[in-house]
Amino acid sequence: MGLTATILCLLILAIFIGFIIYQGVGRLSWDFLISLPSRFAERSGIYTAWIGTLWVLVLTTLISFPLGVGAGIYLEEYGKKNKLNKFLEINIANLAGVPSIIYGLLGLEVFVRLMNMGSSILAGSLTLALLILPIIIVSTREAIRAVPSTIKEASVALGASKWQTIWNQILPASFGGILTGVILAISRAVGETAPLIVVGALAYVPFAPQGPLDEFTVLPIQIFNWVSRPQHEFAINAAAAIIILLLITFIMNGIAVYMRHRWQRKIDW
Amino acid sequence: MEVKSEASGPKATRVKTEPRVNSENQTYKLRAKNIDVFYGDFQAIHDISLDIIDNSITAFIGPSGCGKSTFLRLFNRMNDYIDGFSMNGQILLEGQDIYDPSVNVEELRKKIGMVFQKPNPFPKSIFENVAYGLRIQGIKDKDFIEQRVVESLKQATLFEEVKDDLDKQALALSGGQQQRLCMARTLAVKPSVLLMDEPTSALDPISTAKIEELITELKKKYTIAIVTHNMQQAGRISDNTVFLYMGKLVEYGDTQKIFTNPEKDRTQNYITGRFG
Repeated sequence: MGLTATILCLLILAIFIGFIIYQGVGRLSWDFLISLPSRFAERSGIYTAWIGTLWVLVLTTLISFPLGVGAGIYLEEYGKKNKLNKFLEINIANLAGVPSIIYGLLGLEVFVRLMNMGSSILAGSLTLALLILPIIIVSTREAIRAVPSTIKEASVALGASKWQTIWNQILPASFGGILTGVILAISRAVGETAPLIVVGALAYVPFAPQGPLDEFTVLPIQIFNWVSRPQHEFAINAAAAIIILLLITFIMNGIAVYMRHRWQRKIDW
Repeated sequence: MEVKSEASGPKATRVKTEPRVNSENQTYKLRAKNIDVFYGDFQAIHDISLDIIDNSITAFIGPSGCGKSTFLRLFNRMNDYIDGFSMNGQILLEGQDIYDPSVNVEELRKKIGMVFQKPNPFPKSIFENVAYGLRIQGIKDKDFIEQRVVESLKQATLFEEVKDDLDKQALALSGGQQQRLCMARTLAVKPSVLLMDEPTSALDPISTAKIEELITELKKKYTIAIVTHNMQQAGRISDNTVFLYMGKLVEYGDTQKIFTNPEKDRTQNYITGRFG
């Protein structure tokens, strides 16, 4: 039963991807990557979109990695088991399940309007960072918890301070797990569309962004835009762009799997 | 009108100058005074007072859950992080209260080293395991560290077995070697007291014999407190034995006497294996 379901799922996925590749692979070319979008399908490219995705990816990582890992360390190692922290824990778990468009609305109000960032890359990245923070926090905590307490005791008993123990023992031992969580969270952020649309990422941006305060678009929005057009040529463009987006997420997932494998092999308790 | 206390001049510092020498001219390294320990509502230790003599081996025996590990971990404040832990009483190291708020716990743990039940080397090389205690103190002098690592490994009688491959992963060593590595790691910090929490319970008889030999050798320089489930071990290596039962001190005295002619029936029964 379970096996049939699994095979069915994989089959559907394979058909899906196969269809996309069949449609889009012919459209892939260097020109497609470096052309600006245009109202003519055959001249249109994804340059602004993937540059935008890259910007968002880097900024989101820079914002969410230190915050999420720091919060995870705090909750796991420093936070006392009191009511406040229990409340925080439950809410972080709940936040991971909040629909992403809600984060978009929050980002629109707080970053775009209140903090006057406009529909910029920075506002979009901050919104996505909020979206994936719960995932990073939870996976950081799990990775830290997987480090045997005997290691912590050994370090502390030698006169190491709490922070020395965290820095020298706990973080190196849990880094594979933390990194895996972070990469998976970010690869989720790369595919997000709804919150960025709400924040005001545009489907048509005439120039590639130069800095974090510029307007931008990202691959999923570009795809969304092309798919919604009636002409068949744009659908082919969308398929080609989907291939690029899939490639990015596959590569990131691949890195995550590799990291986990590498770090797990290194430490065998 | 209130009359203020007559104490004038600089406040006298409370220096606890109690005699640390007993009638047989032995110095007390550690003194526990009226210790109660609680985990939440549960009282794990009931009013225990005892003195540990310098350069001797004191064995803590008793059935599982009698509080011997808890008691041992009081000496280097390893219980501090346990949720719900609280205690009454005093523990003096060379006359100084180690639970005084002014005490730097990290410094204390450099003076009182600990070896655990299960060998717990860091997932690093043999060299780095032993050097860890020095590195966290900020020592950078390579020659000094290397010299101390070699010295400690020799002290722990591990050097001959690993000298060709100090960069080898510590986790690749056998259990007995790992435990001696943990000893070396502790010795490298130069403590004066060694606490051992069932250090041989996870080891085979040959490794156990090696560790016991090592402990007996270390007695010359260190004050050792060891928790053990193994009666023969306590009898073989310790000078004094503490018998705990249900968090209470039943009997404490010369090992020879406790094992041959204990004062309490309960001790007698436990040692001869009639309960526990």
